[in-house]
Amino acid sequence: MTTTRIARPLLYAALVLCALLTTVPFAWGVSGSLRSLDDIRSDPGALFPHHLTFGNFTRLFETQGFGTFLGNSIVVASIVVAGNIVAASAAGYALAKLDFAGKRLAFGAVMAALMVPFTAVFVPQFVITVDAGLADTLTGIALPSAALPMSVFIMRQYALSVPDELLEAARIDGAGEFRIFLRIFLPLAGPAVATITIMSFLASWNNFIWPLIVAQSMSTYTLPVGLAATSQAAAHVTDYGLLLAGAVVVMLPVLVLFLFLQRYFVQGIAGTGMR
Amino acid sequence: MTTTFVSSAKKTTAVPGTSARRASRARRTAVAWLFLAPFAVIFVLYTAVPTVAALGLSLTDIRGADLRTPFAVDFTGLQNYVRLFQDATFRRDLLNTALFVAVGVPLTMGTGFVLALALNSGIRRLRGLFRTVFFAPVVTNIVAAALIWQYAFHTDGTVNKVLGAIGLAGPNWLDDPNLAMPVVVLLGVWRNFGTAMVLFLAGLQAIPQDVYEAAALDGAGRLRQLRHITLPLLLPTTLMVSVLLTVFYLQVFDEPYLLTGGGPLGSTESVALYTYRQFGAGEFGMSSAASFVTLVLVTVVSAVQFRLLRSRT
Repeated sequence: MTTTRIARPLLYAALVLCALLTTVPFAWGVSGSLRSLDDIRSDPGALFPHHLTFGNFTRLFETQGFGTFLGNSIVVASIVVAGNIVAASAAGYALAKLDFAGKRLAFGAVMAALMVPFTAVFVPQFVITVDAGLADTLTGIALPSAALPMSVFIMRQYALSVPDELLEAARIDGAGEFRIFLRIFLPLAGPAVATITIMSFLASWNNFIWPLIVAQSMSTYTLPVGLAATSQAAAHVTDYGLLLAGAVVVMLPVLVLFLFLQRYFVQGIAGTGMR
Repeated sequence: MTTTFVSSAKKTTAVPGTSARRASRARRTAVAWLFLAPFAVIFVLYTAVPTVAALGLSLTDIRGADLRTPFAVDFTGLQNYVRLFQDATFRRDLLNTALFVAVGVPLTMGTGFVLALALNSGIRRLRGLFRTVFFAPVVTNIVAAALIWQYAFHTDGTVNKVLGAIGLAGPNWLDDPNLAMPVVVLLGVWRNFGTAMVLFLAGLQAIPQDVYEAAALDGAGRLRQLRHITLPLLLPTTLMVSVLLTVFYLQVFDEPYLLTGGGPLGSTESVALYTYRQFGAGEFGMSSAASFVTLVLVTVVSAVQFRLLRSRT
């Protein structure tokens, strides 16, 4: 479609306005994180800092637990990402490229798992985690996300587009299925692995309710849980400068990653929608 | 997505005798399940078993203290469900959740659709930048976002400062039972319209251009093209997005929990928050019953979508 000459500037103006409205919260957060406590107290809603200060960020890393929360988030995300790459590339390959009994059932399970709401299953999940002795551990936080159905789905869709002829040729040469998977399929699956890495990192880094349930002591809090706990503990003497600095630290890695790799983020979302 | 290469089932090697063929099929099945094993283990432990268990637990009087002896609890039948629907708090939370769905879904979809249309209509410059900006809230951490919104919607916050500049007295947004919900819904819309936009963009780009060209030759104007080509052809996408968002808002937890804690006076408390509170109070049976209500609602919504999709396409 083409747009008429009068409509186009209007369209751009409207889009710029929408873009500004969308980004305003980010600007608020960053601007608030750069204000001192006195600055915020004297003029709480100011749009810009009266004096720029990075004091909130240095205070943040001196605050008890913050380094631990950051470390925990990184450990949990690493487990989740590693688990998803292994589990999803294997499962996606099997679902797309192998012929076996129970294939429809297995694919149905992936689709069903995409639909099961978290709120419907978290109580039994917690009971299982406690029974396995994994309550209040980083493994217990990571494990349910270690093989996301979304990752399997993305990998299966990708695997379907890999030509069978390549795999058949290797089979005729007598290569085993694991060899074909490792040597032929995986090297070709780069884009899908990238998408899975990013989507599962995002799911883990931003996950809130499950870590909130499983982590019971400060030593296992992830970043979001630690930040929420800090904000609730400080309900009466709300130290917004410190909290917003924390918010910026939580947001930043994902936003930077997103700016560079947004193609894969968008692919992942579009992929989950393709039921 | 493309499904061009699905010929893996074809047999290429000649296998003499059916028993040998059956043996090779059994071996291939075993190998395939080995590939599936890591996913299958997590799926069984954390999805299949919990779904069945949620129903089972909801029929018992299990409490937090019984966790170590799950088989010692009493079967109480539908008693939890009766208690649930007699509970005025649960009924209120059910209504609140319906409100989230009724307002949040159309707002999120509408914003996403209009922006997708705008980005798809001859805009070439800055298109990638706009898409990036509109999608950024989707990847933003909700705890961080909620903190910023609290700061902004505070009585003396930035929003009221802006309102003051144009001569309006700003209210105490998050402490007013009538205003807290709109702010919580707004946070939900901000966080989700990017997803809707991306899915609509994918749908729009799948519509062949020559359909529009033919319609234009026949003298169909912009609005007629939208009504008679874009909207009908986009129907599967629209249904999918609406279900995705309905399922999301049916489970809404993060936004009310972090922004208002369900308050003031329970005006923003959702079913998910109710489930979490019952769980926190050690009422695992009640919590499971409430969660099973969510599961039923989500299943009904998905089933309706599949029927609609099948009848329309």
